Amino acid sequence: MNSLQLFDIIFYILAVTVLASASVVVFSRNIVYAAFSLLFTFFGVAGLYVLLNADFLAITQLMVYVGGILVLILFGVMLTNKVVSVDIKTGTLQVVPAAILVALTAGILIAIFLSTNWIGAGVTNLAEVKSTAPKIGEALITSHVLLFEVASVVLLVAIVGAAMIARREKTQ
Amino acid sequence: MDQFLQSIFGDTILTHVFMSVLPLLFLLVCAVVTIYVEMKMAAHMQDRLAYMRTGWHGTLQPVADILKLLQKEDIIPASADKFLFMLAPYIVFVGTYAAFAVLPFSSSYIGSAVDLGLFYVIAVSALVVVGILMAGWASNNKWSLFGAIRSASQVISYEIPAALAVLAVVMITGTMSMNEITKFQEGGIQNWLIFGGPLPIVHKLLLIPVMIVLAVVYYVCSMAEVNRTPFDIPEAESELVQGYNTEFTGMKFAIFYLAEYANLFLVSAIAVVLFFGGWSSPFGSFMSGPWWSLFWFSLKGMLFVCLNIWLRWTLPRLRVDQLMYVSWKVLVPFALVCVVLVGAIMVM
Repeated sequence: MNSLQLFDIIFYILAVTVLASASVVVFSRNIVYAAFSLLFTFFGVAGLYVLLNADFLAITQLMVYVGGILVLILFGVMLTNKVVSVDIKTGTLQVVPAAILVALTAGILIAIFLSTNWIGAGVTNLAEVKSTAPKIGEALITSHVLLFEVASVVLLVAIVGAAMIARREKTQ
Repeated sequence: MDQFLQSIFGDTILTHVFMSVLPLLFLLVCAVVTIYVEMKMAAHMQDRLAYMRTGWHGTLQPVADILKLLQKEDIIPASADKFLFMLAPYIVFVGTYAAFAVLPFSSSYIGSAVDLGLFYVIAVSALVVVGILMAGWASNNKWSLFGAIRSASQVISYEIPAALAVLAVVMITGTMSMNEITKFQEGGIQNWLIFGGPLPIVHKLLLIPVMIVLAVVYYVCSMAEVNRTPFDIPEAESELVQGYNTEFTGMKFAIFYLAEYANLFLVSAIAVVLFFGGWSSPFGSFMSGPWWSLFWFSLKGMLFVCLNIWLRWTLPRLRVDQLMYVSWKVLVPFALVCVVLVGAIMVM
């Protein structure tokens, strides 16, 4: 089988997975289904990254979104929905502001999509890139060191804040 | 191996399918052997004989157990969430099996020799957590939900010291590829990372105590990640019946069981790759080669599986608060200090 054809087949399988599961996230009335459906969305996106040879990005996607954010969402949904037995309302609210916001976001994304030079300078031959991790590591502590440090300080603040909130609850 | 298979099949897709099925075959045999060894070891430690009737010393008992599981009725509780209930065992097993893709079983067999092997293993195990939460929630049973939540919080807490131990190894070897880490330790038992790796003698002597601490930290974390005693509060049978898999029967339960033993071998194999030379022979170039390396890898892996079984039947279960104490106040500080020490030794 032609390798380009294979690439297309895999791409469409992943794209359908992402779109189908993302629509379940949005349209499902059952919030737990929506949360579990996110798993397939995240996996599909990670698969697309792998298909584009962005291995580091794909694994980071799994690590951060599936291992961190999804588990956090699931904990939130399960602990509030089942144990406290509060019904979580999933309905359509604020249609007009939401529509405006969605239209704006879509417009910006499409504008960026159209104005980006996709096949231009700065795109190296994929076969030449053997390993992405050392390059990303070098970039993080040389040219992007400020962003790296700012991100770590923000995370530290978040951890301290979380610890503060958790501790306050205990003393009451 | 890749080229060899391609020359037989002459087709890339078929080759990849065959390559990805091989670890499954290994795993099925390994699980049957582990079940037998576990039951026998447990029995002998408790001064009894375990099964003796099916075959010589009960060797056919795991086969009988599997046949029994295959024909059991598949019950789905009436109030369970049917779709998620059916999906959960597969998610758990897929998450475990996905990690086998980067395990270097032998010097000429590795599913995918990606540069980010170790990072991938840590990331993909998140799928198991989601699967366990799914199983617990879909069962619509308080024991199951409690078991699932306990298991998820335990796995997440113990991932941090485990990742720190992995980080220290990556700092020494300078690569995250599991095959490269193994090659780094080639050349005999003295080159294994637990003995400081193939570094100059001063570095080696300084590294040995640090590496021993890191290996213990990693091994304790790996025991917690497979949810076995002393870290089995997710399925503590005296409190929670059977935890997240209480409601599962027949093949679904068998898949959970298989995933547990697969996970057990996986974490042991990672410990072997990180600290005990992976597939490399302990005698340098003597007894090395593709088949010997497969032999060494499975032997070392099974030794650590046996160590896990030994500890399982020796130690009592930790309480929930003790569990969190061990992770956050003992293992994390020790691992952090070790990472700093490894960094200092490596720049020396």
